[in-house]
Amino acid sequence: MISSPPSSNARRLFGEELETRLDEVLFASHSHRSATDIALGLEALTRSQQERVLHWAAVAAGTYAEIGYQIAAFAPKAFPLLDDAGFDAWVLAGLDAYDRHGGRAAMDLLRDLEGFCAGRDGLRPLARLSEIEARLTRFIHGLSGRPLALAAGAAAWTDTETIYLPTEQESQPEAGANRRLYKVQAVILWAQTRFGSFGSTAVDLGQALAHWLDTEDQGRCLRWLSALESVRLEARIAFELPGLGAEIAAVRGPWPAALAALLPRLYQPQATLADTLALLPLCLLDGKDAPRLPHAVAIDPAAALRVRALRIERDMKTVSRAISALEASAGSAGRPEQAEQRMAAPAADDASQLALEGEALALPPEARKAALSLVQDLGEVPPECLVPADPGPWQPTHLDSAGKRGGEDLVGHREADHRYDEWDYRRRAYRKNWCHLFESDVAPGDPAYVSGVKLRHAGLIKQIRKRFEMLRGEDRMLGRQPDGEEVDLDAVVDAIADRRGGLEPSPRLFSRRVRNQRSLAAMFMIDMSGSTKGWVNEAERESLVMLCEAIESLGDAYAIYGFSGWTRTRSDIYRIKRFEEAYDDAVRARIAAVEAKDYTRMGVAIRHLTRLLLREPARHRLLVTLSDGRPDDFGDEYRGHYGIEDTRRALQEAHEQGVKSYCITIDRHGADYLAHMYGAARFTVLDDVKKLPLKIADIYRRLSS
Amino acid sequence: MSLSPELSRITEEPYYQPTGDEVALFEASYARRLPVLLKGPTGCGKTRFVEYMAWRLARPLVTVACHDDLTTADLVGRYLIVGNETVWVDGPLTAAVRAGAICYLDEIVEARKDTIVVIHPLADSRRVLAVDKRGEMVIAPDSFMLVVSYNPGYQSVLKEIKPSTRQRFVAFDFDYPEAAVEAGIVSREGGVDAETARRLVKLGELTRNLKGAGLDEGASTRLLVHAAQLIAAGIAPQAACIAAVARALCDDADMNGTLDDLVAAVF
Ligand SMILES: Nc1ncnc2c1ncn2[C@@H]1O[C@H](COP(=O)(O)OP(=O)(O)OP(=O)(O)O)[C@@H](O)[C@H]1O
Ligand SMILES: [Mg+2]
Repeated sequence: MISSPPSSNARRLFGEELETRLDEVLFASHSHRSATDIALGLEALTRSQQERVLHWAAVAAGTYAEIGYQIAAFAPKAFPLLDDAGFDAWVLAGLDAYDRHGGRAAMDLLRDLEGFCAGRDGLRPLARLSEIEARLTRFIHGLSGRPLALAAGAAAWTDTETIYLPTEQESQPEAGANRRLYKVQAVILWAQTRFGSFGSTAVDLGQALAHWLDTEDQGRCLRWLSALESVRLEARIAFELPGLGAEIAAVRGPWPAALAALLPRLYQPQATLADTLALLPLCLLDGKDAPRLPHAVAIDPAAALRVRALRIERDMKTVSRAISALEASAGSAGRPEQAEQRMAAPAADDASQLALEGEALALPPEARKAALSLVQDLGEVPPECLVPADPGPWQPTHLDSAGKRGGEDLVGHREADHRYDEWDYRRRAYRKNWCHLFESDVAPGDPAYVSGVKLRHAGLIKQIRKRFEMLRGEDRMLGRQPDGEEVDLDAVVDAIADRRGGLEPSPRLFSRRVRNQRSLAAMFMIDMSGSTKGWVNEAERESLVMLCEAIESLGDAYAIYGFSGWTRTRSDIYRIKRFEEAYDDAVRARIAAVEAKDYTRMGVAIRHLTRLLLREPARHRLLVTLSDGRPDDFGDEYRGHYGIEDTRRALQEAHEQGVKSYCITIDRHGADYLAHMYGAARFTVLDDVKKLPLKIADIYRRLSS
Repeated sequence: MSLSPELSRITEEPYYQPTGDEVALFEASYARRLPVLLKGPTGCGKTRFVEYMAWRLARPLVTVACHDDLTTADLVGRYLIVGNETVWVDGPLTAAVRAGAICYLDEIVEARKDTIVVIHPLADSRRVLAVDKRGEMVIAPDSFMLVVSYNPGYQSVLKEIKPSTRQRFVAFDFDYPEAAVEAGIVSREGGVDAETARRLVKLGELTRNLKGAGLDEGASTRLLVHAAQLIAAGIAPQAACIAAVARALCDDADMNGTLDDLVAAVF
């Protein structure tokens, strides 16, 4: 398999190269069969087609070698008939047939290319959200200043934090058009949150609609509102992103007459919600329903305003806390006139500069984000934010989380192996010996699992090994050695010069090739919380195999531990591989048994593994955490801000002790708390968990070279 | 006998668009004989800034690109044999010190730590360079200035500046300039009209939103300038952006799809 296919204009592979690659990919099967003919057949394809064939042949061979052969053999015939997506569908149909009816059926299906194409042409022009979700999510992330999640819903609408889209779409005559429809709807919904469809300080949407909501006219009113907003937002989008504007216009078609009449006022980049609301009563007046646009989206002000209000409250707290911290550190806290100052927030489209009384404000990143989010929601940062926040004195919770909710019962009679402090951001202090940590081995699982993965990813593993061996083999010439394989010219010249100058020449005149000493110890901390169940866990285990293969060829010291937990009195650390252990059958069996358990109390796990890492004699120590989102624990405050702050603190502590951390998060919604939580650590967000096994080795390589 | 490399001066004013008070800060550092550390992502104008300041202060500029095979001798100098004689040749650092030039060590994290320590006595109040080979201490004239740069965004844990090095410098944070200013730079450097420049900068912004979510870095000002130059040379904007920005940013097929979408959104 290939982690990054070369661009389409890369050089085609020739027969011999193809044959080698095919042999790699299909090596597990009939070695007596030659791939020469197949390779010759593939020569005529473009490079990206060739890579596609190799990729799928490898995938298929992981299931059944014969299918891999068939795919490669039929590919030259398939490509004139099918586009890339069609080719993928053909392969998948073959694999599916194998799963359902066995090898014969799969062969028959793959051979009957014409039949497959005919069936495909007759397919419905359906587009599925799942096909485009990942790409659309990244696109919206690129557009937006504020992360928006994408999810399946009954209709296309947004609550201002998630964009909901139907799981399937078939209103357009062809699948491509239906996919474009998804994109355009998602963009309109993004624009609703970005360009103030839910109000601002100046305009209160709830109040403006109060007259119609809960009447029988409600539905008609919301349809008009959505249609008018589509006009206004399209103008705004077309101004900022002309290409996207053109794409929307193409899907929309000509304006319906009822909207065309309103264009002079509404189709203006500077029009606001106030313009829409001014026109709305006029539209509703004569009882007609709103014209239906092809890319119409629904609007649910009540739901959106609720989510928005919560966010505003949260953002305001964040900003005012940051501002009072700034003021305190500037020594001007408590000056009464401070509260009167207004923050000059620029228009929503250029919110990069926030200023207080003309002075640029150096807000910390998370507060800056919150401020920008406020500018998007309200058109400004409200002056109330400038009143120093009450830090809120620490109140002991009456419900001691663990005690009252049965946490203690879970512990049984075993004493904890270790106890760790936990950071309470509200107290600004540690809670002493707060977390009870239990360490145990992962019970061994299927001994054949690892070899299965290795078989499935044989090609990739080979590539990884080659690349890593290169890293390790990065020999360097060490100059000025007392002996060695070559003469060091610089040293000789120096020596001659020294002798002429009457100095004692150095006898170190040779250079010697030495292996680079990396002296790196890496600790991998793997999320085994309940939320990893399914795909994430699957990907984690595969990734561990890739990692081990990679690091083994490098020779770095490494250890792998899993973590999970159930309240503070039951934090579990599972040993998968200790530093001193070899990558042997026992370790492989434990990798196979990594499973989803309970919750994610991250801080304590980081502290414990940092401690283990510090015992390793290495120049560089690296802690890599792999998790699937927010820290979380059962029934106590760890779930929210507390957990984020504790995790941040634990990473900070590791940093102070010279441990470098790198956090890999699998989070399709690229959440905004990450930058804050990971503070001192570096991190990356993977939106697609299936890529983790392909990327993990590369990530490690980048970290350590 | 000793040789010193010829140092040239920048005679024509380089185009540099200030984005904050960096010019004044640099001049103050120069006046106070403080060394300067420029931090910032790739392609945001660090090198251009140093060139501009060298011109402004009318000092020669010596630039050294650091890499991990750079030795102390490469910086300080070595003996060569010419005919029947040994001849000392100053390295770029020594030459810069003697000439009272500005010495710019680009990407200092790439150099090995044991190489970097030679700049320590130069970068504190002693302001001397020890040329051990010749038993010479070269005292830096007032006009000598040391400038180093690095990109803190790199992910490797092995590449960081030691605190004892870092804490000798006045540090300037560089970042991509705000939209209107960046558009001005792109338009002027790339030779495109204001509207095209505005769209290119918009594209830059969109890619920077994806930093950490699939991209290691967003598009730098440099990449935007490249795209502008292609456009000015007659390439269609979309094609120019895909080649100069999207493909230059990453190899991942999925991410490239998204970057193409963003290019299409802007043009
Ligand atoms: N403020 C600016 N004024 C003028 N040109 C600029 C400015 N910022 C960036 N540029 C343009 O961007 C290009 C790249 O800048 P430069 O080479 O100085 O980057 P750099 O920060 O040194 O990058 P690197 O870290 O990769 O060396 C310049 O050639 C110039 O065209
Ligand atoms: Mg540079």
